[in-house]
Amino acid sequence: MILGIDVGGTHTDAVLIDHFAVLKKAKVLTDERNLVTSLLSVTKALVDESTVHQLERVVLSTTISTNAIVQNKVDRVGMLLVSGPGLPPALYDVRQDTCFMSGYINHRGMEIVGIDRIEAARMRDRFRSEGILHVGIVGKFSTRNPRQEIELREIVRDKFRHVSLGHRMSGHLNFPRRIATTYLNEAIWDLYHRFVKEVLHFVHARGINVPIYILKADGGTFDISQSVDFPVQTILSGPAASIMGILTTTGCNSDAIALDIGGTTTDIAVFADGVPLFEPFGVTIEGHKTLIRGLRTRSIGVGGDSVVRLREGRLSVGPERDGPAAAFGGPFPTPTDAMIVLGMTGIGDPDKAAAAIIPLADALQCPIGEAARAIFRETCLQIAGHVRDFVEEINNQPVYTIHEMLDGKRLNPRRLYVVGGPAGLLAPELGGLLDCEAHVPVHAEVANAIGAALARTTAEMTLLADTEQRTLTICEEGLQTAIPPGFTMEEVVRIGSEKLRKKVLKMGAAEEDLEIEVVEAQEFNMVRECYTTGKNIRVKVQIKPGCIADLKRGDALCR
Amino acid sequence: MPLKPQKRTGLIFFPAFDWAISPNHPEREERLLYTQDQVFEEGLLDFDNIREYKPGIATAEDINRAHICVPDAGSVVTESHLISAGGAITAADKVLTGEVDNAFALVRPPGHHAMLVVHGARGFCNVNIEAIMIEYIRHRYGPKRIAVVDTDCHHGDGTQDIYWNDPDTLCISIHQDGRTLYPGTGSRDEFGGPNALGATVNIPLPPQTSDEGFLMVLDRVILPILDEFKPDLIINSAGQDNHYTDPITNMRFSAQGYALLNERLAPDIAVLEGGYSIEKALPYVNVGIILAMAGLDYSHVREPDYDPVALRQSADISRTIEEEAAKVMNLWKGRHEMKAKLVGAARYVKRKKCIYYDTDGISEQQEETVRVCDDCGGLVMIESVADTGNRIFAVILPGRCCPECRSHGEMFYEKTNRGKHNRIYFQDRERGVFLVK
Repeated sequence: MILGIDVGGTHTDAVLIDHFAVLKKAKVLTDERNLVTSLLSVTKALVDESTVHQLERVVLSTTISTNAIVQNKVDRVGMLLVSGPGLPPALYDVRQDTCFMSGYINHRGMEIVGIDRIEAARMRDRFRSEGILHVGIVGKFSTRNPRQEIELREIVRDKFRHVSLGHRMSGHLNFPRRIATTYLNEAIWDLYHRFVKEVLHFVHARGINVPIYILKADGGTFDISQSVDFPVQTILSGPAASIMGILTTTGCNSDAIALDIGGTTTDIAVFADGVPLFEPFGVTIEGHKTLIRGLRTRSIGVGGDSVVRLREGRLSVGPERDGPAAAFGGPFPTPTDAMIVLGMTGIGDPDKAAAAIIPLADALQCPIGEAARAIFRETCLQIAGHVRDFVEEINNQPVYTIHEMLDGKRLNPRRLYVVGGPAGLLAPELGGLLDCEAHVPVHAEVANAIGAALARTTAEMTLLADTEQRTLTICEEGLQTAIPPGFTMEEVVRIGSEKLRKKVLKMGAAEEDLEIEVVEAQEFNMVRECYTTGKNIRVKVQIKPGCIADLKRGDALCR
Repeated sequence: MPLKPQKRTGLIFFPAFDWAISPNHPEREERLLYTQDQVFEEGLLDFDNIREYKPGIATAEDINRAHICVPDAGSVVTESHLISAGGAITAADKVLTGEVDNAFALVRPPGHHAMLVVHGARGFCNVNIEAIMIEYIRHRYGPKRIAVVDTDCHHGDGTQDIYWNDPDTLCISIHQDGRTLYPGTGSRDEFGGPNALGATVNIPLPPQTSDEGFLMVLDRVILPILDEFKPDLIINSAGQDNHYTDPITNMRFSAQGYALLNERLAPDIAVLEGGYSIEKALPYVNVGIILAMAGLDYSHVREPDYDPVALRQSADISRTIEEEAAKVMNLWKGRHEMKAKLVGAARYVKRKKCIYYDTDGISEQQEETVRVCDDCGGLVMIESVADTGNRIFAVILPGRCCPECRSHGEMFYEKTNRGKHNRIYFQDRERGVFLVK
């Protein structure tokens, strides 16, 4: 049995799954001040003395990191940045407690200017004297050569509670994002650390002695003990949970669109051949652009409770929400009210809904039914328009090879999955507008918890072999080893796959879930003064995001 | 540093990581690899005012507005050329629709050595991506006065050739003196065809010219001429091989110099041309240009081994450049009086050219005949023979073509029979008509 729990902003949802069938589901209100209380109450509802020993794994998706960042409940972090030449310090989005340090690594990973140990010790003492307990160390091109970050850590490490190094956050190039990611990792480190301790205490007290996993923004999981070093990986896991839920309950294996229609917003996600797409560089949270691999979603201000009004004689829906629908005592007409007037649903007070729509009908000089129909239609048109723009944007994403320009994959979604409150009511119309077969997945109301329960462990690994310098760098691991001049792409892929395999097993993956794929493999002849001096080989391998074994692509969760 | 007004800058980045002229050629897959690394690592694409766009793909129709390709456009280009020309066109579209304030097509392969008639590849170029873009702009957005400032180290002989007779397209090229570098042309007295004198301006610079020299020419020659020409659009043919580390040239320009030049020139569109110091120059020069175009502070951009004192040009070089600048300006000031002297009573003016296609090893003999005209750029006719065995005749009508040049041109095309020619071409730049017989 698997217990999947998604602690959301409003509700905490949980499911108990056995042999890929949902045995039980539960929904409670989230106690924001004490998330463990919410965990306790859903767990109680699903697992009792007799079933607790049948549990094989528990997976948790939590808003703790997201909330801490959104509500700015973060610790001070002393940031040591080795920026070298390039952008001026003023163009970096950094706060107080930031020092720009001497040192410079270039794009090939060569050390051009060394660090200044005296300067580093001085900054360490300054941070310490100000009571700062957390430090982030980030160098430009540190993923090409982590040496200066490591040297700086050696100077400061004993004086602080925790230190994060930029190159460990991601193998991607993007110094400003590396700074933001490292900062956030330290800023929420204490809070997350305490949360993990409480969770572990709680599960052990309940007699649960199985692996506990945490969901990441990329829709993959990692073991809770592994998550402690990288709390920033757990931001924005909520939307990822829903998308993974749709994947597991529908067995989607083609290009498809997934919509989560809520009261205030609709979240759009896209599958390419059944695989959810990632943000190209990393997710953004509260204006922090990070390197955290996360599912590519777009949130738009159209939902069931969006305010409907007339603007220059035309109906407009959203983007704001001002309380619930009129049928539930809200101040403005909403798409929900229109659907009530149209008799599509029996919820709420139909008289209040009608009363809210009447002024719009008068202004449009049409019967109330026609006005309600127009609102419903306009809501769907807006959502469909945003979906088309999003797909178009993905299809227009720049590519860097002629092969991809001419033969690259173009998304052509013909399936639409809709979850959320009004999913069933809007799905047929949206399907028609988008020329898609529309589906409302089973257990849509707890899709997030199902997604968490069944997500597999994921990770990626970035490798760079430079046969001129005879080094192989595994960027996010901070590893550099010597290689012979004749090193080949095949060897880089083999080493990458092997290292990735070991890494995810340590993160808690099961051997049967190791679907390793090469997502990038480029090889460049390096020519200097007319002679070939080496090869520059770039490889990225990943565990394909998806569900844990037995539930292969194309299968869906049983009812 | 005072705050500069930021600009919305479009970036069309197409490194063609799977295309090379040959494995060891300077124009190979690796060329923009380290530029990509630097641009990504600096996080430039995350700036709200810098937007990246996917390039479009140019068509044969786009090429036929700017070139006479022998035997046809499809035979002289590969997909890579269509994408780099398409990238330049995308840059133009984004600027002319107002989506961005300026744009940089950081694309390869380059194009500024490709001339009006194309029998093959020369100087790593098959088709002229700036000219294809310029003719696209005029076709799509109407007649425009356009200035091309070619800052590549090699003379922009292809662009000069295509616009030799066009008074509405100002081609200014600064380059290492042709007596010391490919393609050998680009002396001061190459000054435009009989109806377009002064619309071609060449400023050859001595080897070892540094930032100081380039910026002096910018301030004393280029900017004053642009002020008078009053272009609707300024295009920088942004070669990066004036850099002090470039392996095939001898100049001493720096990333700071390139950034400063682009800030002062303020091009609407920049298009990458040459530049083969792929590791030590391009990453820094490109970051500098992007920041300068976007109105962001580039003062911290510099190469790892940058030493402005060691790179300074000698006093002799400064003097040479100063004299050259003065001579060019004299020529420019006298451009209106030049025609009567040069043309006299002639109704047609001929020029003969021998063109060598170094990349493909083709030789071409060409005779160009221009109708002397005071109302437009003048009808142009070209007789061209290449040692590939191809012999062609082409009639070209300029943009804003006067009725007389038009009727003469139409008549010549009509009257000329295939005879000894493989093909006869008719290119009407005003109406976008392209005919072959």
